[in-house]
Amino acid sequence: MTREKTDFLVGLFILLGLVALVFLALRAGNMSSFSFSPTYQVTAHFDNIGGLKVRAPIKSSGVVVGRVSAIGFDNQRYQAAVTLDLEQAYEFPEDSSASILTSGLLGEQYIGLTPGGEDKMLAQGGEIQFTQSAVVLEELISKFLYSSAEKEGTAQGGAPAPGAPAAH
Amino acid sequence: MSGLTSRIAGLGRKFLSTVTGLGAFARLLGAILARSGVVLRRPRLVSQQIHFIGNHSLLIISVSGLFVGFVLGLQGYYTLNRYGSEEALGLLVALSLTRELGPVVTALLFAGRAGTSLTAEIGLMKAGEQIAAMEVMAVDPIRRVLAPRFWGGVIAMPVLAAVFSMVGVLGGWFVGVMLIGIDPGAFWSQMQDGVDVIKDVANGVVKSLVFGVVVTLIALYQGWTARATPEGVSRATTRTVVDGALAVLGLDFLMTALMFAN
Repeated sequence: MTREKTDFLVGLFILLGLVALVFLALRAGNMSSFSFSPTYQVTAHFDNIGGLKVRAPIKSSGVVVGRVSAIGFDNQRYQAAVTLDLEQAYEFPEDSSASILTSGLLGEQYIGLTPGGEDKMLAQGGEIQFTQSAVVLEELISKFLYSSAEKEGTAQGGAPAPGAPAAH
Repeated sequence: MSGLTSRIAGLGRKFLSTVTGLGAFARLLGAILARSGVVLRRPRLVSQQIHFIGNHSLLIISVSGLFVGFVLGLQGYYTLNRYGSEEALGLLVALSLTRELGPVVTALLFAGRAGTSLTAEIGLMKAGEQIAAMEVMAVDPIRRVLAPRFWGGVIAMPVLAAVFSMVGVLGGWFVGVMLIGIDPGAFWSQMQDGVDVIKDVANGVVKSLVFGVVVTLIALYQGWTARATPEGVSRATTRTVVDGALAVLGLDFLMTALMFAN
């Protein structure tokens, strides 16, 4: 085997490895969702973020307009402080509201932005005032049980009422 | 009583020889690293080894990757189908391959395909007194023989693991989308949602790099310390596969615990 041929085959081998890595990063991984367009940060406080994670998408009308860049706990307000990286191309009124939603029944959680009606737009360092927490399944169930127990209680308390005048 | 003392002495001997072996192993790594300047001065020595270790392993690695991908597709579909979430098959295949199977299976095959040939080559060089002849001619055999092979293995291993993962994902895609009929859009988008470039792909590359260092070094060490007889070389070749596989699986557990603990 000549030297040139060996060099060529080794070059091909390394090239194949690079192609495989690029394939894994772009086609299998989330590299293509990394956007390098300029962004601005706004914060939002939530009572409960549920299973929200860093790099979760922020969607408005179902379109991804940014990503969650940081999640922390605000010890002054006893609330979760979420930093949102919104793309500069999209602007939202200052009174927009953010809610934590779930894609599908058990899917990943994301932040849904609903635009408000104010003329002033959110800017770097701004804060979203209106937020809605994640729905926690246990709370939902306990709320349901509570309300159905309450209904049962009133039904039992109210049941003798129609019969009561008759007994008199 | 003397039987007991001889047993204790045997235990001590075994312990000491293990520690001595580990020390010799680490010193060989140090010696190779210290003489690695040759890699930059004569890169052709390394590229020859990459050709020998990497290009020649490419076929077995791609074929194995393809079939591992096929099997992951079939078995994953069987389980996911019960929960009505067969679209997540792409995610399952890609995560299994990039995090675990790509680096680990490649390293095991690498120990069997390339590691044994390195051990046998060096062991036979020793048996044929070529190593001794080099020393007589004032050619440092660690510099001339071991260092290029070490770097060749370290460079070839991550490339092979990446190829394995890529071919495996394509195999899973073939079974899932072409044969079973999962929606291709859901297959790829679920995969892209769940596979993180840093956390999954890059950690897999780090794993394969570590395995490359360990398996190549074990192969070289076994060849280097083999007894210069046909039996010694055959034993050393066996030890390369056994020690290499055990080291890969043990290290894999450690690295998985460190990387993906949360």
